[in-house]
Amino acid sequence: MGGKLTFVQGNEACVEAALYAGLDFFAGYPITPSTEIAELMSVRLPRKGGMFMQMEDEIASICAIIGASLTGRKVLTATSGPGFSLMQEALGYAIMAEIPCVIVDVQRGGPSTGLPTKVSQGDVNQARWGVHGDHSIIALTASNHQDVFAITVDAFNFSETYRTPVILLFDEVVAHMREGLRIPEPGEIPLVERLKTSVREGVDYHPYLPREDGRLPMSDFGGVHRYNVTGLFHDMWGFPSENPQVVHDLLRHLVDKIESHVDEVTRYREYFVEDAEILLISYGSSARSALHVVADRRKHGERIGLLELQTLWPFPSALVREKTRNARYVVVVEMNMGQVLQSVRESVEKPERVFLSNRVDGVMISPVDIRNILRLIQGKGV
Amino acid sequence: MAVGNYIRERFFPHIWCPGCGHGIVLNGLLRAIENMGLKKNDIVMVSGIGCSSRIAGYLDFHTLHTIHGRALAFAVGVKMSRPELTLLVPMGDGDALSIGGNHFIHACRRNIDMTAIVMNNRTYGMTGGQYSPLSGYGTLATTAPYTNIDPEFDVVNMATAAGATFVARATAYHVLQLADVLEEAIRHKGFSVVEVMSPCPTYFGRKNKEGSAVDMMEKLKTTTTPLGSKAKQENPSLIERGVFVKKEMPEYCTEYQKIIERAMKGK
Repeated sequence: MGGKLTFVQGNEACVEAALYAGLDFFAGYPITPSTEIAELMSVRLPRKGGMFMQMEDEIASICAIIGASLTGRKVLTATSGPGFSLMQEALGYAIMAEIPCVIVDVQRGGPSTGLPTKVSQGDVNQARWGVHGDHSIIALTASNHQDVFAITVDAFNFSETYRTPVILLFDEVVAHMREGLRIPEPGEIPLVERLKTSVREGVDYHPYLPREDGRLPMSDFGGVHRYNVTGLFHDMWGFPSENPQVVHDLLRHLVDKIESHVDEVTRYREYFVEDAEILLISYGSSARSALHVVADRRKHGERIGLLELQTLWPFPSALVREKTRNARYVVVVEMNMGQVLQSVRESVEKPERVFLSNRVDGVMISPVDIRNILRLIQGKGV
Repeated sequence: MAVGNYIRERFFPHIWCPGCGHGIVLNGLLRAIENMGLKKNDIVMVSGIGCSSRIAGYLDFHTLHTIHGRALAFAVGVKMSRPELTLLVPMGDGDALSIGGNHFIHACRRNIDMTAIVMNNRTYGMTGGQYSPLSGYGTLATTAPYTNIDPEFDVVNMATAAGATFVARATAYHVLQLADVLEEAIRHKGFSVVEVMSPCPTYFGRKNKEGSAVDMMEKLKTTTTPLGSKAKQENPSLIERGVFVKKEMPEYCTEYQKIIERAMKGK
C-alpha cells in the first residue's frame, strides 16, 4: 500500500479527502468545532487554483457553494449545529434544483448555542428532517480518520451521481482527535465526475429531464445552454410549473432517486455480528467505545458484536433488520436522546428488544457507560 | 441584436400588474445590454423572491431564481467561479434590504464585480402589500393599518456607507436615464448598486391614496431631481437621481487571482 502517512485531526482528514475528491470551491463561516476545515481550505485551495471564501454567515456560505457548483465545480461548506440550522432553506433549494454539494456538520451539543466545544450526535434527525417539505437526503458519518477520508470521498461521489446535497455528520471527538491517516494514492479510490450533457449548442437541452437511469446530465452555468434554475416546482426546462402531473413527478423523482438506491449508498462496518446475542449499533465516535466493549467482552467469551453505521440516511432498514435477526438484545449506542434508536426500532422485528445506551452531557460515552447498560439488560445490576 | 431577442417570448404577457414599474426596469435593462452588445451566453441573472425576482424568468440568459433575500450570495458563488461572466442581480426592496440586508452590505464591502438592481416599489407586492424597510414612516400598508412607525433606509446612503464603488438612483419614469445608468453600472468594474424607484399602484399606491398609475408616474417626475440640481437647494425634500458614487477600488475576483498566484508560489 502506497500513499502518504500523516498524523492528523479528523477535520484535516476531511479536508484531505475533499481535495482528493476534486474539491475546488469552499465557502464557510467560522464555527466551533468545524473551523479547522475552513482554515485549512484557505491554505490549500488557492495552491491548486481553487477558491476559498469566508462569507458573512452560514446562509451565504451554502448559497455561494450552490452558485459555484452550478458552474461545474465540486463544492463544500463546513459548519456545526447552529450554522446547519441556518442552512436548511438553501439545503432544500439544492435538493429541489438538484445541485451537487457537500455539507459538513461537525456536531456539538445543542439545542441553540448549547455546548460549542463538546461532543454530541444530536443533529442526526435534523439532517433528515430539517428541510421543509417532502424530500430525501443522504447523510454519512465515520468513527476514525481512515473512514472519514473514505466517506468524504463517497459524499462527493454520491453528490455527483445523484445530483443532490450530501451531509457529512461528523462529531467533535472525531473532528478534533488526532490519529494516523494514510492518504491514498491518486486513482486508488474511484472518483465520480460531473455528468455533462452531450447535447450540442443550438440543440434543445432539457436540464431537468432525467435519463433512463434517473441521472441528469448537466450543462455548466455560463456555458452554451441557457436555462432556468429555480426552487419552485419546475418542468424539464427548469421553468416554474404548477401542473399537478409535473409537481407529482418531480417530487417522486426527488425522493425515488435516493430511496431506490439505498443499497448503493449504504456504508457500514461489522464486528462479530454473525453469532452475536447482544448486538450494539453505533456510529461516529460512539462506535469507538462500542467497539472497545465488544473487543473486551469477546475476551471473556461473551457473544457480543457491533454494527457500525456509516450511512445514516437513507436509513439502511433492510440491513439493520437482517443483522439484528439473531440477536437477543440490540443496544443502540449514541450521544443523543435516541435518534437512531427510533429508526432501528422501526426496522427490526422485535422493537421491544432494542435498548438505548446514551450520554447527552457533552462527555463522550465511555465503554463503562455501555457496560453498565449491558449489565442492566442482563439483570446483573450495575 | 434586437431587444426582442433577449426575452423568452413564450412567457409573455408578464405577471406584473397594470401600471407596475417593473416592466419598465426590464425594458431599460435590455436597452442597456443591447447597447453594450453583450452576448446572451455571457450573462447570468440571479434573482431572489418577489415580484421583482420574476424578471429572471422572462430573460433568455443563464437565469438563477433563488430563495428570498439570498440572490447576492448565490451570485457571489457564480461570479467567483466564473469571473468572465456578467452578473446581474435584480432584487426587490424587501428582498435586498430586509431579509437580504446582510448579504447586501457585505457584497458592497467586498466590491465583487456585479450589478445589483434594487427595484424599489416600497412594498411586499407578491404577498399583498405589507410594509417594507423602504415604505417609510407614516405610510400605510396591510400590516401597518394605523400607519407605519418604521423609518426607511436610504439605499444610496446605505450602499455608499457599505463600500459599493458604483451607486446610482433612477426611476421608472426617467426611462432614458435608467438605461444609461444601468449601462454605466454594468460597465463599472466592481460592485454596482442601482436603486430604481418603481411604482406599485396596486398595493402601495392604493393604500396610500397615491392615485392612478399615471399619477404615481407623475409623482416620480415631480418629487425627484437630477443630482446637484438647483431645484434641490430650493426644495430639500426632492429625491436626487443620478450617479452618486463611482470610484476605482480593487475588485474581489481580481484580488483573489493574486491570492492564487501567491499561494502557488508558496508565499
